[in-house]
Amino acid sequence: MDYKWPAADKRELIGKRISRIDGPWKASGRIKYTYDVNRPGMLYGRMVLSPYAHAKVVKIDTSEAEKMPGVKAVQIIFDEGKEVLWAGQEIVALAAETEEQAEEAVDKVHVEYQQLPHLVLDTTPDKAGAQYTKQLTEKATGNPATGFQEAEVTSEGRYGASVITHCCLESHGQAMEWEGDSLKYWASTQYVSGVGGEVGEATGTPASKIEVITPVMGGGFGSKFAADTWGVACAQLAKKTGRPVKMMLERDHELMVAGARPSMYADVKVAAKKDGTLVAWDSQSWGTGGPASGGAPPLPYIWQFPNSRVKHTAVLTNIGPDRAWRAPNHPQMCAITMCAVDDLAAKLQMDPYDVFMKNIAMAGRSTPSFHPPKIYAEELAKAAELFDWKKKWHPRGQSGPGPVKTGVGLSIHTWGGAPNQSDCAVTIRPDGSAAVSMGTQDLGVGCRTVVGIVLAETLGLPLEAVTVNIGDSKYPPGGASGGSTTTGGVSSSTRYGAVQALNQLFAKVAPSLGAQPDQLEAFEGKIRVIGNPSKSISWKQACAKLGATPITATGKTFRPLTSAGVGGVQMAEVSVDTETGVVRVDKMVAVQDCGLIIDMKTAESQVYGALIMGVTYSLYEEKIMDQQTGHCLNPNMEFYKLAGIGDVGELVVHMMTGPGYDDRGVIGLGEPPVISPGAAISNAVANAIGVRVPYLPITPPRVLAALGKGGMA
Amino acid sequence: MSNKKSVPPGAGRNDDVEERVKDERSKRAAADEPTGFSRRDFIKGTGLASVAVSATVLLGDEVAKAAGKAQGEGKWIGPGPVDITLRINGQARKLQVEPRVTLLDALRNRLDLTGAKKVCDRATCGACTVIIDGKAHYSCTTLAIDAQGHDILTIEGIASEDKLHPVSQAFVDNDAQQCGFCTPGFVMASKAYLDQEANPTYEGVQKALGGNLCRCGTYMGVRRAVLEAAKKGGRA
Repeated sequence: MDYKWPAADKRELIGKRISRIDGPWKASGRIKYTYDVNRPGMLYGRMVLSPYAHAKVVKIDTSEAEKMPGVKAVQIIFDEGKEVLWAGQEIVALAAETEEQAEEAVDKVHVEYQQLPHLVLDTTPDKAGAQYTKQLTEKATGNPATGFQEAEVTSEGRYGASVITHCCLESHGQAMEWEGDSLKYWASTQYVSGVGGEVGEATGTPASKIEVITPVMGGGFGSKFAADTWGVACAQLAKKTGRPVKMMLERDHELMVAGARPSMYADVKVAAKKDGTLVAWDSQSWGTGGPASGGAPPLPYIWQFPNSRVKHTAVLTNIGPDRAWRAPNHPQMCAITMCAVDDLAAKLQMDPYDVFMKNIAMAGRSTPSFHPPKIYAEELAKAAELFDWKKKWHPRGQSGPGPVKTGVGLSIHTWGGAPNQSDCAVTIRPDGSAAVSMGTQDLGVGCRTVVGIVLAETLGLPLEAVTVNIGDSKYPPGGASGGSTTTGGVSSSTRYGAVQALNQLFAKVAPSLGAQPDQLEAFEGKIRVIGNPSKSISWKQACAKLGATPITATGKTFRPLTSAGVGGVQMAEVSVDTETGVVRVDKMVAVQDCGLIIDMKTAESQVYGALIMGVTYSLYEEKIMDQQTGHCLNPNMEFYKLAGIGDVGELVVHMMTGPGYDDRGVIGLGEPPVISPGAAISNAVANAIGVRVPYLPITPPRVLAALGKGGMA
Repeated sequence: MSNKKSVPPGAGRNDDVEERVKDERSKRAAADEPTGFSRRDFIKGTGLASVAVSATVLLGDEVAKAAGKAQGEGKWIGPGPVDITLRINGQARKLQVEPRVTLLDALRNRLDLTGAKKVCDRATCGACTVIIDGKAHYSCTTLAIDAQGHDILTIEGIASEDKLHPVSQAFVDNDAQQCGFCTPGFVMASKAYLDQEANPTYEGVQKALGGNLCRCGTYMGVRRAVLEAAKKGGRA
């Protein structure tokens, strides 16, 4: 039997709408997340955090804390004499009998600091000054000067997106328990097979003696790859006390340090011919990812301008370090580019849909397996049909009388999504049971279900008949779940392992069917001769022929079953109250491709979720820093605002399938649909009120400022 | 009980934080709270203490008096552990907690009932939702000692271990969950709503679940799930 995916008419499970197999565990509240682990004799860990954004730690005195009721161990994380670079940096960890006692003891650790100057605002590079800036790139393609000279219409503007956090509902953290020199490590992690290494190094424990356990986890979005200081400290506290220790971040700590998406802003000049042909781009961009400079996100996004000049400068700030946030850099680059092009379209007095279509040949770079112009053209047409774009679009600002204005906007995006490296073991037992084991993890995207579907489909069994073992480092190593790499990795690996196992089974049963192994197929719980379905044997009978020896086969990521490169189009319709500045998203349409879809139901959920996250970062969430104190002002969930169920309008999701899509193989989906909402919503707001609100999130004060009605920029 | 869940007056919950706070304040002021002791009283105590000579003494006094009142005995208890009995999922559960321990921490850390989750820990996100005397409550801002004498229902108590409650089933069928960390709170808030509303509407669902937050973005599935659960006997 061949590894290739079954043809469309042969798919029993792949591409169907299937409920996630761990759904009942979650909806019943019975599955234990890391935060839920309770072990006999377990202690609770808490940490002392720096109250200053930049300071030298002069002296740490833990003597009073050590005498507090219930305190069993204290672990110094941060050495005296070193400098903290953000408020919330961990100084000391301690463990006590109860959470309340640990919390109380934290106040009794006395740390002496010498305050140093800080910058926590991601201001423009000239205001930040040389000490806090680092120019990362300046380059040109084509001939920008000539391009702008030859252009007929030029538009200039400032665009950008603020720092936001990950705000995982299950905060970062872990529970640790030593048994001799072996460690059980319940981790809320995106990297079950790798996160133990860091703890092993710090504690001198070989990886083989650390078992990482993550059956489910409460959200990561790119922020949970590492063990972090708290992981190492927790292992040390557990070792010192000889007791299990659980240490989860409190909400304020989580929002201050455990995740941030870098900000990015740009002054953009963009030019076109009168017919809408894009000819030149110029951008001076900046942003902050905290104290380190990070990379220079490549502008312009998607559009391959013949002439461009870009310069990017990092602003180094004393906020928590950035972490990969779902589709790193793409939402920011997308907002800057698509908003600039939208403003240009408005200046050309053209429908942006027409400008996008006019320049479609410049949309993205083609590879042998990915032709973005074709995909974008198909997706733009489909989205326009579902959204009724041509009927809804009106020239900018012409939305009629009355204080509430409506408008529409659109955007396109791209992502890679090539597979990660995930190994697996597939077992078929004489009793007919079949299982796959893999050290991967399900972040809530449906990974466990995808693995189950591929195994069941390959073996011709119902989904309920197979077992999926993931979320434990004792299984064959899986890659980290980041960058939309997991589905390609785990599905191709499972397929590879399952086909190998099945071929071994075919060899065992072929003689009894009077056929060669390569003439057999597994279908609907039977093994039968291809083209002669009456010659068959039930799955159970077939497995019984194994005698006492189960079949075990090894799977690995198999690239021919996967691909990379996706497009995606989104359209948004908004209402803006020009008296209050409040924006509401009334409707969004997302059209998305991701190659061969394994589970349509969870795939659509990914896109719905991305749209909702997109509404949130477009309108509500922002990590607000105070330069006076150096503190984050909203490290809580009242003022770090997430969209509620009533804040999200009608959402329509359409997944591209069929010829030209399915035949590309499996491609990751997590990141791409979260990229466009910022641009689409910002463009809709501009279409509604006639002026651009430069930055995301589009808060009421920013809307009022743009309208010239007061408020703040 | 003073900790009734606040439902935002409008559909949107982000535009009206101030309104919600005011609304909650007036509701609480109007509510008849014969034995109430909540973090609100605690905060009131702090406010008083700020103009008093000794903050600690007065605060301790307020806490102790309120706690004693909660037990109906008029005597001071705490700050050390006290014996309490909670009626959880129809069973009397005896435990020892300090008066400062929240119902959420008592459930999770003392009784291993971990379905209710700790997320915001200050009555914003609803992940800790339990049903007390038939109404949805944030257990993160309810003191364990104050929950005595009330019927507490957690997600572990809505169905036997081998069965799914119709609301949970509807969440599974409509994929109203991703990472699932907010899900038990949504299920409990949905159940409390459906127990009181035989004919839920789309708008009603948005209001009833306006006090629960999800980060993965499962609201589309949640809307469908609650309406479907109502049709299929979600009040069971």
